[in-house]
Amino acid sequence: MAERLLEAIGLNAAYAGYDGREVQAVDNCSVYIDEGEILGVAGESGCGKSTLGAVLSLTTRPPLYVKSGTLRIDGKEQELGHGVKIPREWRGEVVSLLPQGALNSLSYTAKISSLVVDVMRAHDPSIKKDEALDRARDRMKAVGLPPRALDSYPHQLSGGMKQRVITIISTLLNPRLLIADEPTSALDVSSQRALVEMLREMLNQRIMAGVIFITHDLPLLKSISDRIAVMYAGQIVEVGAAETIAERPWHPYSAALLNAVLAPEPETLTKKVFAIQGSPPSLVAPPPGCRFHPRCGLEMDICSEKEPSPRGDHMRYSKCWWTQQNPTTPINLDDVLGFKAKIDDVRDESLVAAIDHVAGPVVTAEAPTKEVS
Amino acid sequence: MRFSSRFYFALSLVLLVLVFVIVGPLIWSVDPNASIGGLFDPPQGVGSLILGTDNEGQSVIANLANGARTSLLVGLIAGIVATTIGLTIGLIAGYAGGLTEEILMGMTNIALAIPSIVVVILLSVALPQRNMVTLALIIGITAWPWTARAVRAQATSVRTREHIEVAKMSGAGFWSILGWDVLPYLLSYVVMAFVLQVSGAILTESSLSMLGLGPSNIVSIGMMLNWALAWGAVRVGAWWAFIPPTVLLSLIAFSLLLLQSSLDEVFNPRLRRGKKIKPVAIPAGQATRQEDYISPHSDGAAVGASTLLSAEAALGNDNAGAFADTPVPQERGEH
Amino acid sequence: MDALLEAKDLTKVFGHRNNEVRAVDNVTFTLPKKTITAVVGESGSGKSTLARLVLGLLPITSGSITFDGKDVTRLGAHDRAVYWRDVQAVFQDPFAAFNQFFTVERLLNRSLKLVPDKAEGSARREEALGHVGFKVEDVIKKHPHELSGGQRQRIMIARALMMRPKLLVADEATSMLDASLRVNVLNVLTDLRDKLDTTVMIITHDIGQACYLADQMLVMEHGVMVEQGPTKEVVFNPQHRYTKQLLADVPKLHGDLGEVPVA
Repeated sequence: MAERLLEAIGLNAAYAGYDGREVQAVDNCSVYIDEGEILGVAGESGCGKSTLGAVLSLTTRPPLYVKSGTLRIDGKEQELGHGVKIPREWRGEVVSLLPQGALNSLSYTAKISSLVVDVMRAHDPSIKKDEALDRARDRMKAVGLPPRALDSYPHQLSGGMKQRVITIISTLLNPRLLIADEPTSALDVSSQRALVEMLREMLNQRIMAGVIFITHDLPLLKSISDRIAVMYAGQIVEVGAAETIAERPWHPYSAALLNAVLAPEPETLTKKVFAIQGSPPSLVAPPPGCRFHPRCGLEMDICSEKEPSPRGDHMRYSKCWWTQQNPTTPINLDDVLGFKAKIDDVRDESLVAAIDHVAGPVVTAEAPTKEVS
Repeated sequence: MRFSSRFYFALSLVLLVLVFVIVGPLIWSVDPNASIGGLFDPPQGVGSLILGTDNEGQSVIANLANGARTSLLVGLIAGIVATTIGLTIGLIAGYAGGLTEEILMGMTNIALAIPSIVVVILLSVALPQRNMVTLALIIGITAWPWTARAVRAQATSVRTREHIEVAKMSGAGFWSILGWDVLPYLLSYVVMAFVLQVSGAILTESSLSMLGLGPSNIVSIGMMLNWALAWGAVRVGAWWAFIPPTVLLSLIAFSLLLLQSSLDEVFNPRLRRGKKIKPVAIPAGQATRQEDYISPHSDGAAVGASTLLSAEAALGNDNAGAFADTPVPQERGEH
Repeated sequence: MDALLEAKDLTKVFGHRNNEVRAVDNVTFTLPKKTITAVVGESGSGKSTLARLVLGLLPITSGSITFDGKDVTRLGAHDRAVYWRDVQAVFQDPFAAFNQFFTVERLLNRSLKLVPDKAEGSARREEALGHVGFKVEDVIKKHPHELSGGQRQRIMIARALMMRPKLLVADEATSMLDASLRVNVLNVLTDLRDKLDTTVMIITHDIGQACYLADQMLVMEHGVMVEQGPTKEVVFNPQHRYTKQLLADVPKLHGDLGEVPVA
């Protein structure tokens, strides 16, 4: 039975905008991850997944403020919030962040080895240069990377190699948890695969005890994660084992996202995919109740009144009124995508007809809508 | 556009100078050429002798106010001339590329290599009559090369952008693209270059006048300095004859340069330092992670945030983040 | 099916002698009328360069392109303008492709220089916007920063449609869009083929997307076209080592990494 590695409960973080307005980017999220596990965080742009990564790795900076939350790791507990001081060792040694676009931030005129020394010295100023480099070289050899990459300049390495080297560097201090934010978006598929396999290898060797992998790419997540958390509009709407979510999603948004995945598989040749109507809500004033309800074809009255309570346990749950009330019925995608003319909450048949007239009857008999946003 | 405090400070300095130049001659309305006192009379009172008299017994303050006006006008005209020439050459060279660019830049480099002060002096000496406008033109005609180079560099970088290709494929012609697709993207840069040109021209005019090559019929700050030097104000210790013009000249140059650097912050969002306390100024669309498309460079400076831009509701809904249900539920559902 | 565009031994070389880079190396292919062709490859494969050669935005080093029976390999400025009435493009970056100072109206009107009649111009605008799912009054006065990424790409397609082109080249048109927004743009491309008889050439690194959209697939590696054929064949019965490796490395929803999909 795997040990619980990290519990993060009730995380709230917001961006302070001008005029005192706040953008509630992470809204009451709770994350649980066991040792040896890769937890994937999926969602589209603006859902708050990168912000969640920043909060969990304790690297938030103004204008992003953590309003509240509790982190429990290795028996130690840390409250988060405005004005709370984070112990220095936590950052980098307990939780380490591999930020988005890290491979582009390497200094062009310095060898990789100088970055290694800088990182090690930031946490232990007395460490000798050779010592730091030896540790890095051993690490590289352990996962099968050529140690001479450390003596290269960034432009001499390919994108994939750079990203792998940076991943090693971000784990030099032996963090318990590594949070990787979109580590593969700029990489080719083959480099992506190499990085993913390297992360698995690092976990096997217990270089770190767990990984949180943040990306918008669902098939990638499914291939690497043990469990996946789906985020929408700052909230976690569903969590579960990767296989389970892929086969039996418990939330209409997850179902729609999965449907929009295009992979080289036989179904792709024949299926017809449609977009979710509308667009993600404003996080300054999100919709009442369930945040997905304005775009959801399965919407019921209660959805716009109360926020859904979670159904399931904290390793597998979803927040949706409809699935709560229909626990055994699989989610029908046609219903979610709302082929009953949901346009900005106005259910007006004449409006549908007018739009169809201008837009042209583009679709076949069973799917009469286009995105109207 | 968000203006920083630095901008407001610079703007107020510039306005201060302008007020002095416009209102000064009305307050101290004595004719600057009239002798109102003895040789180098020290300052007294608040009337036309507030800064004493110069070597010809003329009121220093009156000369200063009128002279500053001249200097500013020369600076403005020269600035317009130089910026126009530099912009045109740089724009065409940068966008057209190829042989056109080589020829235009070649000309520019030659013009740049010739010491402009020498040319200005020679031209000034050659002219029989030097009035304000001809002086301004001469200065403008010799000051454009650096603007041309800078504008060309900017235009070259705009040339490779995608919207130019889209414009070409829409059938737009050379001049249409130049005017509508390239120039608007350079305008902020050109404004800043213009401010620098004005500042530079004022200083050049002062140098010329100090050398005795200034406008022959009216007073300028440089002329005042010329007289002060030539007629021994320094030796005599008549500080009021040369310190005030120097201070005013420095103030003008400084305020223009400060204005220029604060404009840079306005036009280039990445330089903004923002406030230290919350709420922090966030320019529309930036840094709220609300981009609705994935930027491969992920530098956060992309625009998107159509949802934030269109959000009209006030921040009333406070419980959107609050401590509602925790996700450790009491009920156990089926898996 | 007759061919709209035929490319033979198309080559593009950058640089000289020791520094030369063969971005596109002797590529031969055909674009049949009323089809969607996908050019698939990773970064550095030369696919974007190929797109620009086809569009006439880059000069060709050697080889030939025939469009609708006419040789369009080397075009003077005037001929190129004519070519651009039949061939249009949508690019990758939905923000950089717009002049941020223009409204949608301005953007679309630019293409109307050749249409002297105002009423006809206005009708074309309405038609083009309609094809991508917009009502004219909803977007015509907007600036790019007031539109979302997906909307901008669709406006770009509408701009391309103003000329009623025979060939539309979409260069990574959806890579910067979220998965759920992407779908709308992709569906528009399919509709263009089905309803307007437009031939479409999409450039993408996303083999899944190519699988969804394309009738024919061309796979490129380092400037060389390593495999081409009907999509079903290329994806589910790949012949070349590179294609097989590409398919194996792509994560799929069903099945693991390392497996080549089987139909």
